[in-house]
Amino acid sequence: MTARRARRAKDLAFRLALMACLAIAVGLLALLLVDVALDGAGTLSWDFINNFTSISADKAGIQAALWGTIWLMGVCALFIVPVGVATAIYLEEYADDTRWWNRLIELNVQNLAAVPSIVYGILGLAVLVRGPLSLGNVVLSGGLTLGLLVLPMVIIASREALRAVPSSIREGSMALGATQWQAIWRQVLPAAVPGIATGVILALSRAIGETAPLIMIGAVTYISFDPTILGQFTALPIQIYSFLRLPQAEFKLLAAASIIVLLAILLTLNAFAIFIRNRYRRTW
Amino acid sequence: MEAASITFAGSRRSGEAFIKGLLGLAALISLLTTAGIVYALLEETIVFFGQVGVGEYLFGTKWSPLFEPGSFGVLPLIAGTFATTAIAMVVAIPLGLGAAVYLSEYARPRVRKTIKPALELLAGIPTIVFGYFALTFFTPQILRDLLHLQVGIFNALAAGIIIGFLIIPIVASISEDAMRSVPQALREGAFGLGASKLQVTARVVFPAALSGIVASVVLAMSRAVGETMVVVIAGGLQPQWGADVGKSMETLTAFIAATAKGDVPTGSTEYRTLFAVGTTLFVITFVMNMVSIRFVRKYRQVYE
Repeated sequence: MTARRARRAKDLAFRLALMACLAIAVGLLALLLVDVALDGAGTLSWDFINNFTSISADKAGIQAALWGTIWLMGVCALFIVPVGVATAIYLEEYADDTRWWNRLIELNVQNLAAVPSIVYGILGLAVLVRGPLSLGNVVLSGGLTLGLLVLPMVIIASREALRAVPSSIREGSMALGATQWQAIWRQVLPAAVPGIATGVILALSRAIGETAPLIMIGAVTYISFDPTILGQFTALPIQIYSFLRLPQAEFKLLAAASIIVLLAILLTLNAFAIFIRNRYRRTW
Repeated sequence: MEAASITFAGSRRSGEAFIKGLLGLAALISLLTTAGIVYALLEETIVFFGQVGVGEYLFGTKWSPLFEPGSFGVLPLIAGTFATTAIAMVVAIPLGLGAAVYLSEYARPRVRKTIKPALELLAGIPTIVFGYFALTFFTPQILRDLLHLQVGIFNALAAGIIIGFLIIPIVASISEDAMRSVPQALREGAFGLGASKLQVTARVVFPAALSGIVASVVLAMSRAVGETMVVVIAGGLQPQWGADVGKSMETLTAFIAATAKGDVPTGSTEYRTLFAVGTTLFVITFVMNMVSIRFVRKYRQVYE
């Protein structure tokens, strides 16, 4: 009897310890969000969003950074959607994985997904900004650097979406005389779009907060004009970083206000991804 | 008529081959990315080691590359990286595994459905936001005021703990995945022999999912080694050959981010130092990623 009670007590203690682990992790997240909101809410205003940055804290705003981020995301999306989806189709539908080169591509994608983001910054600096391509520290280099960084995420998510389409769809289509590509383009791909779209949005929401690679390729911190694709640029995370490096406390509050804007964009993107996933997901 | 249909079939087939080739080219971009990284790193690193001895770099304990005459011992940066990573793992392993076990073995489906998005959100918050939190809240309010620790404004302890929190989702999601792929029959067999829930979890599910759990921990460690913004903002930029985590410790990543501001002249010693440190970082994380991928494959093979 007592042995059984001891066992129950031990079970309960273990269960409580596990719940505590989750509570601490989620609790810190809540603490972080509340802290940022309290710090930044007072400084957040339309002027803040519509002003360029300034050396005096009460005039400084994030207009150039906001537009820079929007431009970067545009370039990034135009790169990752075709390249990511094409790679996924190749690996999932065509590649014969008994061939060593196809296995190498697969292993390579898995490794690239875990390469530190700052190393992509080094790649961007040495190959895109200077060196072979010499584009300069412009929006195009920034968008492509971020694109290369999140490309593995898009490939992995798109492959999962393609794999979830049952092979009976492909076989049925081909039995009616479609070629392999016709079956993929007209049947498999449309069915996989919700999963692919979710993956792309999540990849963009990762790219939008990346700071280190943009520092590496030389995003400029003080810009008072709206960016263009071949012009210098700044971006929200870079703006936050430059506010944080200033010693005055007012600028820390500006950093918090910029973080609120960044997180608002991020949450919108994530909510959109969840919406697509729930609304359009099909079970076969 | 017959001839026409044959050429038609022929063009269809060559069209198919063309498309396959195009898709293969896209797949090649990911290989080119790795090739580009290796090329970019090695080109300057080789020149760097023409000027600085490999032994001096790997075993030197003084890092001041930007002074004249420079000193290029990388060990202080390794020490900083090791310290923040070790602290992060002390936080992330128990909390991440605890969360994973709870979600996989104990939580009801509804609880899991609400908690998992919260963990995904934690994974999605940009690391610069964690840096802000570490610098303006965690160090002053928690470490100093609440725990009365004598730490500097910039210190490796706060940076390490916060990195630990940001890699919890990596440990939790991969481990949970591994534990959930353990066949139900193993659990039921153990229950049938009279085991308690704790015994089933600790002695059946956990060992059966071990390779996935190891994979998650190694991958999280690789992420901690490569994490940049938290250490740049909250960990400080003073290299330290020692283990005083209450003070500033510069990491490999922090040195790269703080030194490269876009205006470093190509071909200068500063520029080459960036690449040498970058190569060091890439090699360390590459080895960890390969170990992790190997372990993931192992558990997928066993149960899927």
